[in-house]
Amino acid sequence: MELSKVRKREEIIAQFKDGQILAIGGQTNQYMPDRLIDCVLESGAKHLTVYSIDSSDPNHGVSLLLQNGRVDAMITTHVGTNPLTNQRIQSGALKVEFDPMGTFIERIRCGGMGLGGVLTKTGIGTVVEEGKQVIEVNGERYLLETALHADIAITRCRRADPYGNLTYSGSSGHASHPVIATCADLSIVECDHLCDLGEMGPDEVKVPGMFVDMILA
Amino acid sequence: MMDNRNFIAKRAAAYFQPGDVVNLGIGIPSLCGSYAVDGVLFQSENGFIGIGPKAEGLMVTERYANAGGINFVPVPGSSAFDVAMSFGVIRCGRLAATVLGALQVSAAGDLANWATPGRAFGMGGAMDLCNGARQVIVAMELTAKDGAPKIVERCSFPLTAVKCVDHIVTERCVIDVTKEGLVLSEIRKGHTVEEIQAAVEPTLIVAPDLKEMEE
Repeated sequence: MELSKVRKREEIIAQFKDGQILAIGGQTNQYMPDRLIDCVLESGAKHLTVYSIDSSDPNHGVSLLLQNGRVDAMITTHVGTNPLTNQRIQSGALKVEFDPMGTFIERIRCGGMGLGGVLTKTGIGTVVEEGKQVIEVNGERYLLETALHADIAITRCRRADPYGNLTYSGSSGHASHPVIATCADLSIVECDHLCDLGEMGPDEVKVPGMFVDMILA
Repeated sequence: MMDNRNFIAKRAAAYFQPGDVVNLGIGIPSLCGSYAVDGVLFQSENGFIGIGPKAEGLMVTERYANAGGINFVPVPGSSAFDVAMSFGVIRCGRLAATVLGALQVSAAGDLANWATPGRAFGMGGAMDLCNGARQVIVAMELTAKDGAPKIVERCSFPLTAVKCVDHIVTERCVIDVTKEGLVLSEIRKGHTVEEIQAAVEPTLIVAPDLKEMEE
């Protein structure tokens, strides 16, 4: 049995199909999984739904998928850095649901951790509350925010070993990557450095390899 | 003399105490870092406590960017983590303050800062920050560019959070949100109570010990 999860680029490209839900790690146009986003573009997959904290800057990251007309819908938190996203929303080409950032990441975490949802006060008394179940616990009102699960997660990490154990470095070097890496049926990671088995100490590993299916080295 | 944006940032930063962990929004709030006392640590939504100065030259790496996308150098004692932990930091009750910009603040301290009727750009971390931070400080110019009031009876723009604002720092005054109403607590030299009152919708309570803002 082939234990290494390192895969050829062509094999990764073949995973992306029309209509899939992709969860994409990264934020503020920094440290995006750029090589995996290129794979999605090359696959030709369209009518995608994307879960991502933002929509990057024009001509970078998530925006490349939007600009090439591959994405029909997004669940995101902020698109202010990308005027092209707003144009696509206004023209009706893109459907967007805005979640508060803390709520978005908790929904993703629930999707990865086998939970149905989470209770938060964030959004009470705002449009975020509309249509959601309000649950009272110990006299406090909370919104029930349900889990998000994707078909494929594409993320980036600093170091990976062949089992898919992952380490991260920095603020944008962490961002949503370790959480997004857990939330999909198929988790694909691109790493800056591929380590030998045993080269990374167990204490350094942030995401255990069992969550990871494929590595683009 | 310092410009209005830096003047506002300097006054807002006076709320920070050594040992505080503080989150700064983009725009005027991002300037507060230059005026904070030693021992304040700055937090970033993408997963960091200990944001330091802007990185230059060989110190630039895309793994270290703040939530505005600016590359920085970490200060000693920093910590890096993922966004789930980062919003735990924001909601847990230990974040001393957040400084944000605003489109509108209401008489009750409601904040609107993420969408206008014509354009929604998303709330990002603002809703969590307003619910979680111990102090919510709005740092903004007193009125919109066209002179329209930004301090209003009721917000007409979509809300970020209800009854969340503690202090409003502007280039002309400081207004505190209290149970009794909006209290004008500081005024800048050269400005009058009547002029401030005319620039806002709610009736202000003038603090008995109304102070002059420090230049």
